[in-house]
Amino acid sequence: MEIDPLIFRLSIFILSIFVGYYVVWSVTPSLHTPLMSVTNAISSVIIVGAIIAGLSGNFENVFNKSSIFGFLAIALAAINIFGGFLVTQRMLAMYKKKKKDK
Amino acid sequence: MISANLSAIFYLVSGVLFILALRGLSSPETSRQGNFFGILGMIIAITVTFLSTGNFSTGFIFVLVFILVGGSIGAFIAYKIPMTAMPELVAGFHSLVGLAAVFVAISAFLNPEAFNLGLPGRIKLGSLIEMSIGAAVGAITFSGSVIAFLKLQGIMSGSPITFKGQHILNALILISIIILIYLLCITQSSNLFWILLGISFLIGFLLIIPIGGADMPVVISMLNSYSGWAAAGIGFTLENTALIITGALVGSSGAILSYIMCKGMNRSFFNVILGGFGATEETSNNSNKEQRPVKSGNADDAAFLMKNASSVIIVPGYGMAVAQAQHALREMVDTLKKNDIKVSYAIHPVAGRMPGHMNVLLAEANVPYDEVFELEEINNDFANADVAFVIGANDVTNPVAKTDPQSPIYGMPVLDVEKCKSVLFVKRSLSPGYAGIDNDLFYKENTLMLFADAKKMTEDITKNL
Repeated sequence: MEIDPLIFRLSIFILSIFVGYYVVWSVTPSLHTPLMSVTNAISSVIIVGAIIAGLSGNFENVFNKSSIFGFLAIALAAINIFGGFLVTQRMLAMYKKKKKDK
Repeated sequence: MISANLSAIFYLVSGVLFILALRGLSSPETSRQGNFFGILGMIIAITVTFLSTGNFSTGFIFVLVFILVGGSIGAFIAYKIPMTAMPELVAGFHSLVGLAAVFVAISAFLNPEAFNLGLPGRIKLGSLIEMSIGAAVGAITFSGSVIAFLKLQGIMSGSPITFKGQHILNALILISIIILIYLLCITQSSNLFWILLGISFLIGFLLIIPIGGADMPVVISMLNSYSGWAAAGIGFTLENTALIITGALVGSSGAILSYIMCKGMNRSFFNVILGGFGATEETSNNSNKEQRPVKSGNADDAAFLMKNASSVIIVPGYGMAVAQAQHALREMVDTLKKNDIKVSYAIHPVAGRMPGHMNVLLAEANVPYDEVFELEEINNDFANADVAFVIGANDVTNPVAKTDPQSPIYGMPVLDVEKCKSVLFVKRSLSPGYAGIDNDLFYKENTLMLFADAKKMTEDITKNL
């Protein structure tokens, strides 16, 4: 009997929760704010679904009832992707070590 | 056009890169590289999506236009936002993830053929379940984050809004969401889908309004977690590995952060999920408090104490950020260091309005991160330090949390500030902190209260050093 592909996805999901659990515990508390902004950015990989939705229109009709929602989602996710990564970058650039010279 | 198998492998690669992005945050040195991995993962995921649809018609141009429009808005915000407003920004971003999840779900529901999910009205059962869960969680994330954003911005009052039967109402709505998803799967009715979205928006709103402004660190982390689960739900619908991995990562990350925040405030996780916390009743121990003597001093006294110290520990709190005193503080510390005084910073887990917020604010003021310590790392050092300089913090230093089982904050981890030889406490008045209780530290023998605005006082001390 063949295994439903859903089971594979479920396995990936469950294992990723564990990976996330251990990886996030190893994040130093002083970087918890960048952690939140970067998780924000990466969860916007939902843009993948938005792009498929946006491209679902045909040649004559780029905007149909379904693709409009796709395009809106693309814009929202793009705000998050650019905003999230850039603001993380900006924060991380501020973390400096003590200068050795007095 | 690339094959489905090849694109699945690329999605897996971008999922792994996202894991590395979070892994990088284990230390500031590796963090920038981690962020780069994250960006790379995102570029791979988007490129592969374009290639796998193989559609480079007019629609493709529009996709690029929308990415550019959204991207420039995002970039603009990222460069403009002040670091004190980070919590608002993150809450706002969460709401966008939530809304994007809802939109993708709507699109998939209206046009399931584009996603290989079947025909409208005859969507595959599994996909429909995943889709409706993703949409519901996304909607909750959206409306919850909007409320959190409004509360943090001060547009909406930070005080908890509670009413009779709130929990029962919320429970009923949650049950009806489950029933609706069940009915939706049987009937495939689009009306039910819209009702499901509507009440999910409503419950997100209802779950966050009873939560007080000071509890926002927990709320933001919780919504972070929700946004992850929403993404994962959509990931299952789209059968997309990158989205499933990311959703799981973000979901567990948010959950861990909420757990850390709850611990920092000595609240149970369950208490948080139920909402309604933060409604601290003004208990009797407040009304019958006797006037106790306090010692108060001025900038001169403070400067004198610190000049004669050999080690100083700074305890910053959110009040410091409100007063914009972090730069003045760093200048004071620079002067102290010139006099060969050892200075370190002690950060309580819930200092600031989101996890790690205080660290970012200090980093912005050019405080080196290796002078900044977490509660567990530094708590033993207070006993050996000469001066503790408490600026903008209050409840997190209250020794009552260790001594008085009657106190509402009993059991909360606190900084052992009172063990210092002398304590300087910058505060505008003797008013209690957010927990609504008196701080015993004010009345200790070795405490000197400095009644002033944090920024002004710090500047005055620097002048007197």
